[in-house]
Amino acid sequence: MAKNAAAGADTFPKLLIRNAGIYGARPAMRHKDLGIWQTWTWSQVLDIVRAYAVGLHRLGVKHGETVAIVGGNRPKLYWSVMATQMLGAIPVPVYADAVADELAYVLAHADVRFAAVEDQEQVDKIISVKERLPKLQELFYDERRGLRDYDHSHLHPMDDIIADGRKALAEDASLSAWLDNEIASGKGTDPSIILYTSGTTGASKGVLLTRERSIKAATDTVAFDKLTADDVALAYLPLAWVGDHYLNYAQGLVSGFCTACPENSDTAMQDLREIGPTFYFAPPRTLEMLLTRVMIRMEDAGVFKRKLFHYFVGVARKYGERILNGEHVPLTGRLLYWLGELLIYGPLKNVLGFSRVRVAYTAGEAVGPDLFAFYRSIGLNLKQLYGQTEAFLYLTAQPDGEIYSDTVGRTFPNVDIRITEDGEVLFKSPGMFTGYFKDEAKTAEVMTPDGYVKTGDAGFFDEKTGHLKIIDRAKDVGRLNDGTLFPPKYIENKLKFFPNIREAVAYGDKRDFVAVMLNIDLTAVGSWAERNNVVYGSYQELAGHPLVYDMLEKHVAEVNRSLAEDKIMAGAQIKRFLILHKELDADDGEITRTLKVRRGFIADRYAPLIKALYDGSKEADIATEVTFEDGRKGVIKARVKIRDMATGPVAAMEKAA
Amino acid sequence: MRAPSPAGPDIAAGEVLLSVENVSLSFGGIKAISDVSFDIRKGEIRAIIGPNGAGKTSMLNVINGFYHPQRGRITFKGETRAEMRPYEAARGGIARTFQNVALFRGMTALDNIMAGRTLRMHRGFLWQLVRYGPAMAEEVEHRHRVEEIIDFLKIQEIRRVPVGRLPYGLQKRVELGRALAMEPELLLLDEPMAGMNMEEKEDMSRFVLDVNDHYGTTIALIEHDMGVVMDLSDRVVVLDHGIKIADGSPDEIKNNKAVIDAYLGVAH
Repeated sequence: MAKNAAAGADTFPKLLIRNAGIYGARPAMRHKDLGIWQTWTWSQVLDIVRAYAVGLHRLGVKHGETVAIVGGNRPKLYWSVMATQMLGAIPVPVYADAVADELAYVLAHADVRFAAVEDQEQVDKIISVKERLPKLQELFYDERRGLRDYDHSHLHPMDDIIADGRKALAEDASLSAWLDNEIASGKGTDPSIILYTSGTTGASKGVLLTRERSIKAATDTVAFDKLTADDVALAYLPLAWVGDHYLNYAQGLVSGFCTACPENSDTAMQDLREIGPTFYFAPPRTLEMLLTRVMIRMEDAGVFKRKLFHYFVGVARKYGERILNGEHVPLTGRLLYWLGELLIYGPLKNVLGFSRVRVAYTAGEAVGPDLFAFYRSIGLNLKQLYGQTEAFLYLTAQPDGEIYSDTVGRTFPNVDIRITEDGEVLFKSPGMFTGYFKDEAKTAEVMTPDGYVKTGDAGFFDEKTGHLKIIDRAKDVGRLNDGTLFPPKYIENKLKFFPNIREAVAYGDKRDFVAVMLNIDLTAVGSWAERNNVVYGSYQELAGHPLVYDMLEKHVAEVNRSLAEDKIMAGAQIKRFLILHKELDADDGEITRTLKVRRGFIADRYAPLIKALYDGSKEADIATEVTFEDGRKGVIKARVKIRDMATGPVAAMEKAA
Repeated sequence: MRAPSPAGPDIAAGEVLLSVENVSLSFGGIKAISDVSFDIRKGEIRAIIGPNGAGKTSMLNVINGFYHPQRGRITFKGETRAEMRPYEAARGGIARTFQNVALFRGMTALDNIMAGRTLRMHRGFLWQLVRYGPAMAEEVEHRHRVEEIIDFLKIQEIRRVPVGRLPYGLQKRVELGRALAMEPELLLLDEPMAGMNMEEKEDMSRFVLDVNDHYGTTIALIEHDMGVVMDLSDRVVVLDHGIKIADGSPDEIKNNKAVIDAYLGVAH
């Protein structure tokens, strides 16, 4: 029903009116304020947004111009987006934690005359870069605290704007008709929103999305995951991020589900538990953090509880995923799992706020197979998707029952994906953007002549499952001398999923074969050494220990096996590896502060090792300068051994086409 | 950091909330405070600074009635008193925080702040036993005020956490919350930023300014971080070995020779 009804509306304000009509008394939005959950129904939201829109109109917001939205997940900021769209203006959400400089860039680039912000912090930030924003005229704010003494000639509390709009609507009947007309005349082909990309690679770009495309895209995913007005989502990821705008705002308006806003950004985990969402999204990092927290707390629990927990986690690992996938499981397994659900999984999911989750997604980076399997084994229907701001949003997603930790799913309905010769993923999607705001050169760069958009990611379709696998950024993917595709990050990630391996650096571009340098994880390998009576005096000694080499050799062999399964990756199996004698360190410039390895720099720094990896020597001497924590410099010398690996049979050694 | 507000009250001409006149305090033969006079005006942030052992904490203890000075007078809200007990000071509208956090460690942040409402609870023990009816209505009302403070101090995420488990910076914030729950007219802060890192200090400074601005609370604070003192306070009084050596605006204090010699120790 949601699908058919949504098809009639080509703008979000029209959808809001539709929702107030069908779901009038049902909750549209919740927010915890002063410790109590406040609820607004769809008809209340419509009422507020209409008043807000009129208030904004009286302050001079006009059709077609841009309005910045800066802050966290708060109802009034979502309503600012709605009210702006109601007037035919274009909201431009900005990350709340953007530094003043980034904020100034986006606000200036988007030509905003108005900004709706959360609180004093954002007001101060904008005031501090005032000179760079000559066009900016009025600021609207949600939280009054600390702003009392500010000059209010261009500063307006949102509450006052809404009250003013409400009064004007009551006094002047023609205003209401004017607004109705304004909404009705809104065209689906007009811009709906400009989402600025985070700008990790160069200056951020404003992705221009249109109204009907946004709604079309959201209608498809709402149907795919069968979202209805009975569903609930917690909006805890940045408002300016495409994920929040899509998953919560667009899907919420299309399906009529309730969006809950946390009390503040730090309480999201507690609020999750209180709200019990049915639709949930979390990046792998968040899932990992949650699991770590659970594990640490379990280690502090009593012996009995701890044993019980580990026993049933074992049971879940054995049967959980198979039960979730609807596979055959013996009766004893089902009984044990049922008991585990009663004693462990149920309460655990309750604590994490997952009790009612029907659909959960993770995306953004590679997710560790163990991590992924853990959540699925306790009965969370966690799936992966792949998407982009430019695609708004889904390109592929895993359908229920077809879940793999190393794929991102099937091509989404109505999405068209093409893979280039170089392995880059191109797409056409229903929600696809119309261009970068005021940047035709960049737009032309990513658009192919026949209308596809370049993702910048390299990937391939897995033959067995038909799912897409993303392997690396397209520009990082190299080729071996024989032409085989070489995605370094894909190989490194596979290695890093082993707890014993902390860091991996893969080489192979323009070389004959793939070779890797590994860093052991001192905590994991150290505790293994203790359990196995392996004596060592230093990191260097442990890293060079033959038994450690044996252990890591098994890991590398396993990675090779998994690489050999994919026809395209089979040629990129690891032929030789070594374990570095020191940890790669940001202080030495070997990894970035965000913990990404700097392959080129490392290759220069450890040139003798690279040379040895490729000339067949069994060991090599290396002396490296290191920076100690107090800034002193020293030299570490070592003789590093190199191991050869047997590579699995390369099934039908066809080159990747 | 503190923007001069044209609309704000003119503190220099403000009404005196509390005045200390010729106060002397000694413990046995040790003179903690000798003949100190100064005043605190309504709505201002007044800093008391000085080297270790200068008598700053003693001064706060005199103000809130914990110590009784041997000589001198204290006038609070126009009433001069010879001797006062701490609970009388609390009833009179003086709240404080402590140098070493003094919270109920086993209780949650919420309960600790609720404890600050004790003086404003009117229903007695028997009503509390009945629980439903007037006692509950009263508690809801108090809880509302406490939630406002929790929101004000942005500590929602630790509402249910026993304070013993909280990091030091947050404990300080909870303690400030408890003092605020009393809705004091005069708030005494004993080293509110001691042991904090830069970011926590900035947060705390912001809260102190906001308390002053939002609730209009008069604040007297002891602090060692000169940057903080100079940014926050309207006027500063400097003690050294129990004697007042200077009193004035932050700028005057910064350039005062006696203060530089005794304490700041820079620019020589």
